[in-house]
Amino acid sequence: MYAIEFKNVSFRYEEEQPYVLRNVSFQVEAGEWLAIIGHNGSGKSTIAKLMNGLLFPTEGEIIINGIPLNEENIWEIRRQVGMVFQNPDNQFVGTTVRDDVAFGLENRGVPRAEMMDRITSSLEQVRMQDYLLHEPYRLSGGQKQRVAIAGVLAISPSVIILDEATAMLDPLGRKEILDTVHHVQAAQQLGLITITHDLNEVMQAHRVLVMNDGEIWTTTVPRELVKRQTELQQIGLDVPFVTQLAHALERQGITLDEQPIDHEELLDALWTLHSNK
Amino acid sequence: MDITFKQVDYTYQANSPFEHKALKNLSFHLPGGSFTAIVGHTGSGKSTLLQHLNGLVRPTSGSVQIGEHTLEPKKKPKQAKELRKQVGIVFQYPEHQLFEETVEKDIAFGPRNFGVAEKEIAKRVKESAAAVGLDLSLLSRSPFELSGGQMRRVAIAGVLAVRPRVLVLDEPTAGLDPRGQQEIMDMFYRLHKEQQLTTILVTHSMEDALTYADHMLVLDKGEKYMEGTPVKVFQDRQALQQVQLDVPEIFQFLQKTSERFGKQVAYEGENVDRLAEQLADLAGDKHE
Ligand SMILES: Nc1ncnc2c1ncn2[C@@H]1O[C@H](COP(=O)(O)OP(=O)(O)OP(=O)(O)O)[C@@H](O)[C@H]1O
Ligand SMILES: Nc1ncnc2c1ncn2[C@@H]1O[C@H](COP(=O)(O)OP(=O)(O)OP(=O)(O)O)[C@@H](O)[C@H]1O
Ligand SMILES: [Mg+2]
Ligand SMILES: [Mg+2]
Repeated sequence: MYAIEFKNVSFRYEEEQPYVLRNVSFQVEAGEWLAIIGHNGSGKSTIAKLMNGLLFPTEGEIIINGIPLNEENIWEIRRQVGMVFQNPDNQFVGTTVRDDVAFGLENRGVPRAEMMDRITSSLEQVRMQDYLLHEPYRLSGGQKQRVAIAGVLAISPSVIILDEATAMLDPLGRKEILDTVHHVQAAQQLGLITITHDLNEVMQAHRVLVMNDGEIWTTTVPRELVKRQTELQQIGLDVPFVTQLAHALERQGITLDEQPIDHEELLDALWTLHSNK
Repeated sequence: MDITFKQVDYTYQANSPFEHKALKNLSFHLPGGSFTAIVGHTGSGKSTLLQHLNGLVRPTSGSVQIGEHTLEPKKKPKQAKELRKQVGIVFQYPEHQLFEETVEKDIAFGPRNFGVAEKEIAKRVKESAAAVGLDLSLLSRSPFELSGGQMRRVAIAGVLAVRPRVLVLDEPTAGLDPRGQQEIMDMFYRLHKEQQLTTILVTHSMEDALTYADHMLVLDKGEKYMEGTPVKVFQDRQALQQVQLDVPEIFQFLQKTSERFGKQVAYEGENVDRLAEQLADLAGDKHE
């Protein structure tokens, strides 16, 4: 059983409009982290909205934890899916940070006594514990994203979807929050999907799905993906700094045995070359 | 237009239990035609600072001078509309500046509001849409029926269409795909050079600060923490790390390389190809 399964999903927003997703099929296992990338307008957020029943496929089927998603069971499915939208303002419901995180818990029938614990610990995880009584709309851009992520961590869903949920954070903050989410995901064996334009973030995922103009361009592992620098650039994407450097080294006549995915791997490879001289 | 902050304080919700001093005793001077990057941890006051630049908010104490315009506490600026025309702001979340029924009307809103002739407006809408890589087929759409990156492009086009003298950009590339990030930053830079636009960029990308800015301001908890050219600011990695920031990735990599090979490799404005040459030399050196 997969945490998430898309079977030949096609979608258009209006009947007279063209399809924005065509024949999309993929699976995410429990305990797996899938990154979704693609040019602006390629269909990533549409996929996210289909996963928690904000939209329904025009054709095809979506299965969450073995249950085919339909209009009858959407509330049940939403309990299992924790989603952070591209703009956090679109999802705040509470008038304080505390109430906002509490809302998701109330919806899932979490007992009162347990609620406060979960609220504090999830806000601590994103370092927003000092803002309990603040109004969400009066927070800074990055603080809003942190609170939205706390809201998802608090409900311990079985699937987490982050749609550019760390785009407004500084690099260290982004890394820290992703590490936290990754930790929870591994410990609780959740299915995790992160939609992102951050190439370094993509390198940390188990697998990556590339969207291009409403279709899946490829599904692969990060290490394989970055070998295709030129093709990726043609569809509006790119490769991270380490990959660019590895390719520049190739032009200098230095070929590495394996495509490095971070600074350490690249330096290790160079050091080995150096030591074998 | 020159921009000068003199001992600016800004307090949100003054005299309430939530009173928060977002800017503290902030002073700096940005000469007309300069390109400044402002960086700082989440909540350090960057967006609050930017909102002073077109008079959206006024300082709680101190003063802000933008060209001929002066902003002071409790005094309505004399030519508020003129100031808004000269200073274009791209907000952190694009939805905050989209409100019209169609993309076309949204881009046209600024110039129309400032009394630009209809024929000229039509021309500017097309030009600005092209400058941000927005497909013309989207002009008749509602701006709320777009993808995040498409909304971002509409918001930027709307600011460009007014032809401001000062460009204020709050994380303008968040939500753009990698090609869009590069193209739109290059486009801002070209405008800045060709029209001597004073440009102020808030960014979390230290790479963009290094590539485009000639001046840098680092904020910490509402105070000025560091100021100088990007290369100078990035020389003090420890100081940046103390306020949860870091140097660009290439600096980080060079430092690790130096440590690994026990040999100082300094940053000399290199691109990846130049860096690869240096690394090839290092790796090729005889092991002693
Ligand atoms: N509410 C809507 N009504 C009609 N079309 C829409 C709507 N929302 C999105 N679209 C269109 O559907 C396509 C896919 O949009 P989607 O938001 O899924 O893209 P995305 O991959 O998330 O892009 P981005 O990186 O810019 O966020 C785009 O062409 C967009 O214009
Ligand atoms: N409307 C508001 N009312 C009250 N406090 C606010 C308001 N807007 C921002 N703040 C607070 O002021 C401080 C500075 O916020 P600001 O938005 O300027 O930060 P920032 O540097 O832009 O952060 P980010 O990188 O997260 O966008 C934060 O602590 C924030 O919580
Ligand atoms: Mg999107
Ligand atoms: Mg901000």
